[in-house]
Amino acid sequence: MPDQVLFALEVTINGLMAGVLYALVALGFVLIFKASGIFNYAQGVMALFAALTLVGIMEGQVPFEHLINATFGTGIHGFGWQVPAILAIVLTVVVMVIFAWVVNWLVLRHLVGQEPIILFMATIGLAYFLEGLGDMMWGSDIRTLDVGLPQGINTLVDQVTFDAFGYGLFIDNLDISATIIAIVLVAALVAFSQYTKEGRALRAVADDHQAALSVGISLNFIWVLTWSIAGFVALVAGIVWGAKSGVQFSLSLIALKALPVLMLGGFTSIPGAIVGGLIIGVGEKLFEFWVGPLVGGATENWFAYVLALVFLVFRPQGLFGERIIERV
Amino acid sequence: MLYREAGDFKTSYRADSQTFPIRLDRWAYYAILAVAIFVVPFVIDDYWLNAIFLPLLIYAIAALGLNILTGYCGQVSLGTGGFMAVGAYSCYKLMTSFPDISIAIHIVISGLITAAVGMLFGLPSLRIKGFYLAVATLAAQFFLVWLFNRVPWFYNYSASGQISAPERTLLGVPITGAGTQAWATYLFCLAFVVASAWICRNLTRGSMGRKWMAIRDMDIAAEIIGVNPLRAKLSAFGVSSFFVGISGALFFAVYLGAVEVGAAFGIDKSFLILFMVIIGGLGSILGSFLGAAFMVLMPVLLKNVLVGGLGWPTDLAAHLEYMVTGGLIVFFLIAEPHGLAQLWRVTKEKLRLWPFPH
Repeated sequence: MPDQVLFALEVTINGLMAGVLYALVALGFVLIFKASGIFNYAQGVMALFAALTLVGIMEGQVPFEHLINATFGTGIHGFGWQVPAILAIVLTVVVMVIFAWVVNWLVLRHLVGQEPIILFMATIGLAYFLEGLGDMMWGSDIRTLDVGLPQGINTLVDQVTFDAFGYGLFIDNLDISATIIAIVLVAALVAFSQYTKEGRALRAVADDHQAALSVGISLNFIWVLTWSIAGFVALVAGIVWGAKSGVQFSLSLIALKALPVLMLGGFTSIPGAIVGGLIIGVGEKLFEFWVGPLVGGATENWFAYVLALVFLVFRPQGLFGERIIERV
Repeated sequence: MLYREAGDFKTSYRADSQTFPIRLDRWAYYAILAVAIFVVPFVIDDYWLNAIFLPLLIYAIAALGLNILTGYCGQVSLGTGGFMAVGAYSCYKLMTSFPDISIAIHIVISGLITAAVGMLFGLPSLRIKGFYLAVATLAAQFFLVWLFNRVPWFYNYSASGQISAPERTLLGVPITGAGTQAWATYLFCLAFVVASAWICRNLTRGSMGRKWMAIRDMDIAAEIIGVNPLRAKLSAFGVSSFFVGISGALFFAVYLGAVEVGAAFGIDKSFLILFMVIIGGLGSILGSFLGAAFMVLMPVLLKNVLVGGLGWPTDLAAHLEYMVTGGLIVFFLIAEPHGLAQLWRVTKEKLRLWPFPH
């Protein structure tokens, strides 16, 4: 095969892997949007917060260390122990569940029935708050996150393709594990929503709030549940992205990457989030590969949005979104 | 008792339909205007100018612009930062290409250019609605910022990729550049603010504003009663972007002087202006000012209290500022989803009855 095709193939595969990561973030959005009609801008910051908490717990850091030291003039520096990754992940999940409960209790309960734009703004406020809280609790330095995911070039793929085509494809082990994690996560979510009582209640609420309420499903419980699940998805996204590029502020910007994915796939569709993620991942990598050098590069910043925009002009509800019916 | 309309009789239609039909309101408006024009310029110094007055005035124009689009026409836009960048860069190109023409004209033309760009990015609004549109306007935000970053023509091939405003004067007084004086730049921006508010107020009272509001309340119904959605939406995008462009041009030329597009006009700016509009009150001219004042004054106040008063390290104060900003936004949305303008309306109602409960 000619080199150009192989390069393109490599770019496509890497695009697919990136797409899986986008889909991972987009999933959290879809879950909350379906269950409560809230467009949760804070999803990206939740990923950052979850990753920060995980690193902080693993390294045995004292929460609010800096604040305590500044206020009382003490010199606390960590508990001085290391927590194994598994235990730290469990503890982080607990933190995210508490967070979900607090958000529901303090914010969402009071905003029931408001217009979607007000709810959206509230989640932006939440995002700001959480960003400040995360930095305040765990400090704002760039952290490395290592939960034992394999990293670096996959030698097997490299070797096999080198033998076959004379050019070794570069595929990161981390991307492969991310893909596997994403598949497991989606399978688990599907199984949860299909085969458990809570999952069925969740789907009922997503379908019709009032009908669900009238058959005795507690909306409060379901909202806490969805936000907890979204928190868990954020944690997974945070782990994968954090392992890839370090835990830092830019992690919260992956929410912005997930938005075009949502538009493309439709806000209410889980398959849409995945397919949309793959399309955007491959599209932006290929566009950067072919057109990027002609126009000065860094097209990844906007290509996804423009693609989604053009697509929406032809299909306003996205690929798999619910058909928009308007009545006077 | 304090605030009343009793004895305020109108004898002509003209008097009845004026902007401030209640005499007390009118006096308050004239008084504020008089203070702003005749008192503030004499007492203002550089700190007050750069920390409070210039951002307040310039953001107020942007908030007015976005309020027309989001508050009056119901189209949520997250592309405000990008449109401000269009204003700034067109102002820069005009200033460097036509140095002989007055800066005031440049700024108005930048507004017009931004209006054209805004209408272009407003086209999808005819098909896309609600959140989908909000996210679609992010395309404008990211594309425009990328464009100004990557195409050297826009920043005149300068090595740093920044644009910096050359010195320009108006009536012999320097307005941009290094040698400006506080009162001059203040009055220059104030003139734009007063003109913008006047235009916005009257546009939203007229047939155009009513069409926007009809579209906002229910676009299909509006279409049926004969409002052309194409013209209503595009005019809202155009007018809104015009003011946003002017504010971007002022932000660059008068306030900052030198600008790097990603830092000055990033997505944060879009959210900031949207916050102003929401906290101030959607669909209210006064609300745009209140929102801008709130979002400008709160960080200054917090910083003074925390760093100056309590002696905290600046990075902690910055984190707390985020938390407080976020918390206050959520609090306001819960307490009064219609913003500060609604709070003011309620207060006026209370004042009318005071000291009686009913």
